[in-house]
Amino acid sequence: MSQHTINSKEQIEQITLKIITSYRHLSEEEMDWIALLQDIQDQFRYLPPDGLKLCARELNVPLSQLYSIATFYTCFSLAPRGKTEIQVCMGTACHIRGAEPILDKILQQLALNPGETSPDLEYSLETVNCVGACARGPLVIINSNYYGNLTMGQVENLLSKTRDINGEGKNG
Amino acid sequence: MVKLKTPQELENLRASLQKQLKYSAKTISICYGSSCKASGAEEVITAIKNELEKNNLETNLERIIKETGCHGFCEQGPLVLIKPQNIFYCRVKPEDASRIVKKSIIKNEIIADLLFQDPQNENIFTTEEEIPFYKKQTRLLMQHNSDIDPRRLEDYLAQGGYSALNKVLTQNTPEEILEKVKSSGLRGRGGAGFPTGQKWESCRQAESEIKYLICNADEGDPGCFQDASLVEGNPHQVLEGMILGAYAVGITTGYIYIRYEYPVAVRNFREAIEQARDYGLLGENILDSGFSFDVQVKRGGGAFVCGESSALIASLEGRPGEPRDKYVRNTKKGLWGKPTLLNNVKTLASVPLIVEKGSDWFRQFGTSSSPGTMIFSLTGKIKHTGLVEIPMGISMHSLIWDIGGGIRNDKPLKAVQTGGPSGGCIPAANIDLPLDYEHLSNAGSMLGSGGMIVMDENTCMVDVARYFLSFTQQESCGKCVPCREGGKHLLHTLNKITRGEGQITDLTLIREISEAMQKGALCNLGRQAPNPVLTTLHYFENEYHRHIMDQKCPAGVCRHLISFYISTEDCTGCGKCMDVCPEEAIRGEKREPHHILQGECNRCGICQEVCPENAISKG
Repeated sequence: MSQHTINSKEQIEQITLKIITSYRHLSEEEMDWIALLQDIQDQFRYLPPDGLKLCARELNVPLSQLYSIATFYTCFSLAPRGKTEIQVCMGTACHIRGAEPILDKILQQLALNPGETSPDLEYSLETVNCVGACARGPLVIINSNYYGNLTMGQVENLLSKTRDINGEGKNG
Repeated sequence: MVKLKTPQELENLRASLQKQLKYSAKTISICYGSSCKASGAEEVITAIKNELEKNNLETNLERIIKETGCHGFCEQGPLVLIKPQNIFYCRVKPEDASRIVKKSIIKNEIIADLLFQDPQNENIFTTEEEIPFYKKQTRLLMQHNSDIDPRRLEDYLAQGGYSALNKVLTQNTPEEILEKVKSSGLRGRGGAGFPTGQKWESCRQAESEIKYLICNADEGDPGCFQDASLVEGNPHQVLEGMILGAYAVGITTGYIYIRYEYPVAVRNFREAIEQARDYGLLGENILDSGFSFDVQVKRGGGAFVCGESSALIASLEGRPGEPRDKYVRNTKKGLWGKPTLLNNVKTLASVPLIVEKGSDWFRQFGTSSSPGTMIFSLTGKIKHTGLVEIPMGISMHSLIWDIGGGIRNDKPLKAVQTGGPSGGCIPAANIDLPLDYEHLSNAGSMLGSGGMIVMDENTCMVDVARYFLSFTQQESCGKCVPCREGGKHLLHTLNKITRGEGQITDLTLIREISEAMQKGALCNLGRQAPNPVLTTLHYFENEYHRHIMDQKCPAGVCRHLISFYISTEDCTGCGKCMDVCPEEAIRGEKREPHHILQGECNRCGICQEVCPENAISKG
């Protein structure tokens, strides 16, 4: 996964072109559009419009077809993601153990809705449906680190710790 | 790595690996399943590795430490097993690493305070086998999870892996394998329970030069992680099952469709494929048998509906995963219009065992109509959360109390939800129900992919129904009207009820919409989405009435229908609740009983959580 940087159009096209190259030899039947978009998303952590347009041009496929895939599957994001990705598990076991009030608290603290990224590109918030760590619910994942058995009281600490790591160092 | 050219070479390699295993010193098997990872397994692994290096054991590092797939007892993680004795250490912390290496590896000592102690009777257990949670299971599919480093094919070989394939390629015709699977009575473990042998036969009979095999590892049910545990923990068993299936049906190309949210499963399976190719167990002319088969990993895109077979195929073809009506079965016309065999992870993982040990052996487990074992994800308000493998037909009571240790905080059981978002809730009164396909579906629920969520009196059944509906509604692909619109209205109605705005006529509306969805939706996602609502309405109608008529949530979950109160007798006026209240809704002088301004309170419950005197109640 690449560093958190905003790439210029040229950079995006250059990197995307490299990815496209590894798909060129595939026949129409072998072509895996989802995998292609996943590779691009892995690079930029979202699907830059310039990258999608380039794919459509280079691989001779309607942009609308790529767009239909990009909007159908939840793993894709058409907007840049924040530096810190916060995922709140909303699986059944977590739900039963009180994930909803935890989510509400996080929404309130970050002033974001699930699926949104803060305007300063610091945080992205999303909900996920079970990550298989049901013994630790309710559970929040921040940049691939798991924080389990959360209580409402811990949420505030956790978020302010995350803010400190991000160098903001302010509370509330 | 040398490519194995004949079955004999494979057996020779296995013999030497088994010899190595026999004479090797102890190994430390550390669970790297998602729950243990969430509990800090990664830090424990690093600490133990450092400790091994410090003690100059690093040359043996590969052999001493094994990062394995899920051991199952997630509640007690991080789990560490000392092999070969199987000494079971639980809730291990990085600071325990030094003791583990010095005492349990260098010497032969057992560290008493890391052993599992049953909270019920304070009994202490030394080995895994003695612990009731494991003792009462029948582990066939998960048997080797703690013996195998999933990233080493050699470990699987040493446990007897690929011997079924080896025998088949030299001794059996595809028809014989098909017959074996048919007579074993194995049924699809993805939930539908379709007889596997019959599916294979139908695909075998389909006339086409090209056929495909797909392993469905798009485990999307929230609260289920057993398929992940197999793909992550023992990928070669799944792969061997795929190869055997391909041999029996006559297929040369296979895919495994793995859920996007399981990156470890994707990594481990990709590596497994490469190793199997390098050893000559996958690819062209496997072990000089003339049979060729290869597999590719496809990552899902994070859409629940893709667990449905026709949607999964659409996704594999690179399109949005929308299901189609199945006038024609996939076994006749599936991926790219060719006959396609699609099986669940657990189904395929059962195949090597059946082929190796025979259908009679398999049939001794489970019931006559549902032979074999099933892995359940036991979660929710249960003492021992984890993955449990039991023979089909065992009662739910036995699963929850004998293995699961009973309900958390010894509260009374209220209901058990099985089958994920398509399943239903079974009330405590039916707890003796045997766990198999028929009994669960007769009770209005389903076996599904093995989710089992235990609920106590603090779980609101209307809220549970609303939760599942909001899930299925979100995941509806939107292609057919009954699911897209019906789900939306069902959810809207349930939302109203949980807010105290429901009317008694809403219950009729719920039943009508549900019926329309069951009859009219295109795929099982829409057809089964009303199940959680209908079963809770059937078994817990009174709870719906309380929400509608009295604007009360008896379980104290639905936020709009509860209030928090501070007991003036118990409150010491410490002020902790006042400090944490986000709405500043608590008033009171220091060391005097406090009170809550109901108008300001947003009912988040944080005050109740922090109160040291348990003086705050809700009702």
